Amino acid sequence: MEIEAKDLAVRFGRMTLLRKINMAIRAGEMVGLIGPNGSGKTTLLRILANLRSPDEGSVSYAGRSAAAIGARRFSQQVAYLAQGANVHWPMRVETLVGLGRFPHRRPMQGLSSGDRTAIERAMVACDVLRFRDRTMSEVSGGERLRILLARALAVEAEMLLADEPIAALDPLHQLQVMELLRRTSREGRSVVVVLHDLALAARYCDRLVLLAGGGILAGGRPSDVLTDAHIATAYGVDVVRGQKEGVPYLLAWSPTVASGRPSHVSAMERAG
Amino acid sequence: MTQVVAMSRVERERLPSHRLLVTALSILAIVLLIASLSIGYTPLDVKQAALDALSGRHTLGALVLVELRLPRALLGGLVGFSLGMTGAAMQGLMRNPLAEPGIIGVSGAAAFGAVLMFYFGLAGAFSFALPLGGIAGAFGATLLLIALAGRGAGTMTLILAGVAINSFAGALTALAMNLAANPFAVSEIIFWLMGSFADRGLPYVWLVLPLMAIGWGLIAVSGPALDALTLGEETATSLGVNLSRLRLQLIAGTAFAVGSAVAVTGSIGFVGLVVPHILRPLVAHRPGRLLLVSGLGGAALTLAADIGIRLLPVQPELKLGVVTAIIGAPFLFSLISRLRREE
Repeated sequence: MEIEAKDLAVRFGRMTLLRKINMAIRAGEMVGLIGPNGSGKTTLLRILANLRSPDEGSVSYAGRSAAAIGARRFSQQVAYLAQGANVHWPMRVETLVGLGRFPHRRPMQGLSSGDRTAIERAMVACDVLRFRDRTMSEVSGGERLRILLARALAVEAEMLLADEPIAALDPLHQLQVMELLRRTSREGRSVVVVLHDLALAARYCDRLVLLAGGGILAGGRPSDVLTDAHIATAYGVDVVRGQKEGVPYLLAWSPTVASGRPSHVSAMERAG
Repeated sequence: MTQVVAMSRVERERLPSHRLLVTALSILAIVLLIASLSIGYTPLDVKQAALDALSGRHTLGALVLVELRLPRALLGGLVGFSLGMTGAAMQGLMRNPLAEPGIIGVSGAAAFGAVLMFYFGLAGAFSFALPLGGIAGAFGATLLLIALAGRGAGTMTLILAGVAINSFAGALTALAMNLAANPFAVSEIIFWLMGSFADRGLPYVWLVLPLMAIGWGLIAVSGPALDALTLGEETATSLGVNLSRLRLQLIAGTAFAVGSAVAVTGSIGFVGLVVPHILRPLVAHRPGRLLLVSGLGGAALTLAADIGIRLLPVQPELKLGVVTAIIGAPFLFSLISRLRREE
């Protein structure tokens, strides 16, 4: 499914958080949303998930608005993975992953065999099948994140919107989750993922959207977005670069000498 | 760690299937209902009395059974079921094990509505004054809450509104006692507020049963959405849960069930807090499944407590609300200390 955002703007009181956001996500594409803290990544993702409406502009899903699609159909087509690993009751892991089938439920009926297959597939993909009989209070923080990702995958939606799914994972599971997200997009689904790890963003995403200073600072192929100048402007850091087996990587190394502060922060201070 | 996991796996194997649990609790509630019919201050051949009543013979036994024991037992079951189920619903909605049916202020308002009937001397004038006053009070509070919830107020706003309604209703109740012209009205009010199933006739049951049934229905259909709410409001919304509608359903359901319960029996605390908490592990912490189970558990606990009161050699008879509070408060302390340890 293709999502298109047109001229989005978001304001909090008198402060403008985002303006003139135009972007499109195509089917089978994995797009990374990157940017410093407070740049509006989560807000933008929530707008794409129709959890918040923009103050200006509109989002269309395969040419239709979320309202035209209808709440139930929309929840079947767009899966959302929130930031963090907050679960309010220590349910069984399998039951929790099964909540991903809620949009497909039929009234007064339990899970169908199709639902069970989807749940199992999602748990295998996220490497959490062996925890299926544990409760959420018996797994570690990283395991929780993977279980919640499995919950989002169990929706089997055409579009997956994930907010920092690898933030608290160890390196092995970070790689595995990024692989999994890319595999998901290669199956023809669209994936939008909020990331802080620039190296993994560059390596796994087809396209990146860099938010800074209240708008899109750069968008496009990772090599075009993650230039020294863009990174210095957005994050206020210098990076070191290298190559491994022909694939470039980068690592934040030190604060930029010139300003000492990211330029958009000072710009916002001036504006405010 | 492995030991913890191993232990809880053993626990899980002991976890009854849902159907078995529902059946067992239903049987327990029915047994206690029958026990409640056969216990009282005068010896009664229940079987003979029931036969008399069914065949229309107006014997003393039939009269005691139909006029005194049957309404008491039925109200015990119905009110207990309402308290248990709404407690589970509120804990699920607030995602907090310390929430209880009174949290939205409806029970306080219902109590005030009934107290007003005492104050104006209507309680003695016609027999439905008390429950109707209580229902009117609950209805007023519900309209206020629904007006708030309908405008998209969040859960926190609803809790605050509940606190406000509760304290306002409490203040007005105190005011009614303060201004009451004769001391008998005050003592009547105080005793009524303590909560009891004694001396409520069968018509009371027919008055509140349909209201309670509406409440149960509204709550029961929101089970799956309550499960989804475990993931937080935002994720639940992304799964297609209509949060405003869910809040409205649960608040209206609780108001119907608990408002009418308080209107006929006065306030009976702690059942709605304690029962869902005890039974939650048995349904693997699924808020949707807890609703029915907690209702049945509430009915069983309330019936058992009401039987216990009649077995105690204490005169005058203890009020049920007093007994549940005496048992419930220490339980609440242990719950709080356990929650603190878990933090």
